[in-house]
Amino acid sequence: MSEELIFHFDVDGEDFTSAGQASVQVKKNLRRLGISPEIIRRVSIAMYEGEINMVIHAGGGVADVKVLEDRIEIVLTDHGPGIKDIDMAMQEGYSTATDNIRTLGFGAGMGLPNMKRYSDTMKIDSTLGVGTTIVMTVNIQ
Amino acid sequence: MSKYEHSVVLNPEKCTGCTTCLRHCTTEAIRIENGKARIIDDRCIDCGECIRVCPQKAKKAICGRLSDMDKYKWKIALPAPTLYGQFDNLDDIDYVLDGLIKIGFDDVFEVSKAAELVSAYTRKYLKTEGVKKPAISSACPAVLRLIGLRFPSLTENVIHMLPPMEVAAKLAKAKAMREHPELKKEEIGVCFITPCPAKCSYIKNGFSDYKSNVDEVVSISDIYFLLIGEMKMGTDVVRLSDSGMIGVGWARSGGEATAIFNDNYLAADGIENVNRILDQIENGNIPSLEFIELNACTGGCVGGVLTMQNPFVAKARLQTLRRYLPVSQNTPAKSELEYIPDYYLFDSFPKYPPISRLSDNMSESMRMMADIQKLREKLPGIDCGSCGAPNCRAFAEDVVRGFADIKQCRMIENGEDSYDSRESD
Repeated sequence: MSEELIFHFDVDGEDFTSAGQASVQVKKNLRRLGISPEIIRRVSIAMYEGEINMVIHAGGGVADVKVLEDRIEIVLTDHGPGIKDIDMAMQEGYSTATDNIRTLGFGAGMGLPNMKRYSDTMKIDSTLGVGTTIVMTVNIQ
Repeated sequence: MSKYEHSVVLNPEKCTGCTTCLRHCTTEAIRIENGKARIIDDRCIDCGECIRVCPQKAKKAICGRLSDMDKYKWKIALPAPTLYGQFDNLDDIDYVLDGLIKIGFDDVFEVSKAAELVSAYTRKYLKTEGVKKPAISSACPAVLRLIGLRFPSLTENVIHMLPPMEVAAKLAKAKAMREHPELKKEEIGVCFITPCPAKCSYIKNGFSDYKSNVDEVVSISDIYFLLIGEMKMGTDVVRLSDSGMIGVGWARSGGEATAIFNDNYLAADGIENVNRILDQIENGNIPSLEFIELNACTGGCVGGVLTMQNPFVAKARLQTLRRYLPVSQNTPAKSELEYIPDYYLFDSFPKYPPISRLSDNMSESMRMMADIQKLREKLPGIDCGSCGAPNCRAFAEDVVRGFADIKQCRMIENGEDSYDSRESD
């Protein structure tokens, strides 16, 4: 009989200034649950990078964070343009961000590689013209 | 007009009259008299450059002291975001805010919060009809004073918005009144923690007919060691930061400009550079820009002379602290963005004594200018500073205006210039 807790967020693609707020909220929630700071850090970084990607590239989406007894699952779903070449996108330094976004400090091309680095498992499902879903898990030791 | 209370002062005991500060002052506000440096009140912009360059450490800034807050029942700290970049091994801003509570404040209101609101309203302001472009930021008080004194034609370009510290003070007081209705207005004290003397002066003197919302001011360097003693990493924190990347980014040069979400901007820092840029703007020698951010200190506020850390190291630390922050945690709701609230704006630019003009009367000015030119031909032209003025041109002006005596030029007095030899040829 496993306990599970789900946090749901709508990530607004129109309002750039609110980008990153869902990740901060998840961090606060996980702190209240008493999860170790190292795990919280990994979850919030992985989610942050995914959230920013959704705002910059996909016009927003939804984020669902499921807390289970042994792991935390992050599901990010959008109906954006989809990722053309996932292998390329996973390369450090590769970014399709526009110049405007880069002046704000984003678009270094480290988003997806960082998500992979900080999570224990990561699965990307993407269809051009339809959207992208990314599922990441971070194990709670 | 009442006297302007400056925050940059000289300790005459340490001053050797070496002329270093003389030569570095952008507004030529320093003279050496009787072997000691003297700051001309009307010309000083409190940028703190003389404090930076003085080899004898004879110049310093006077701010308030923490004990000035004792007279208030409810003490609120307003930390400038520069403060966050001053500490080694800091991975969470919350510890700084917690530390401020531990050293005696009752509450903390981050200036970076107000900065995000100011950025949001600035974005709106720039889209308004009839705004003079390039719009110049009003955040740096030393730059504002420089513009008022030296570039009065550019005062129309300055955005008539108050700096984040003023907005923060207002919001902090309103919050305290709401949450503690038992407090009287006079019992609430707001203290800004400043990286520079210019902000100190701004608070002491107000701006134009507008009095500052901030009650007291202490420098980052003054409270740094107190804070460090109280900041213990790894403990549970009570005060949580709710600033985003934008707010914290205001501490570095360019941070304010990128927040307008438009890449048609220019950001310059360092008072000499600022002076040159303002010159170019006045000459119409720049591309058509939306927004201009100017910071008197190198690197932006992180380079303020009352900080403890090297500006570039502080910048790097802020980069790390900002990395996973949301873009902004303080954005006004759509309904609040209909118009800019009164308390974000100021009406008119203050009147400054125009230091570039020789006199109010045109023909008088022309006569004086002719006299200055004649006098300059007699002077050695080597800008040695022995007369006590920063260069021969300034000395000639001082003489013609009646502030100095030609005999002060040691070269002429000793007959070492060509003046005597020309006579005898």
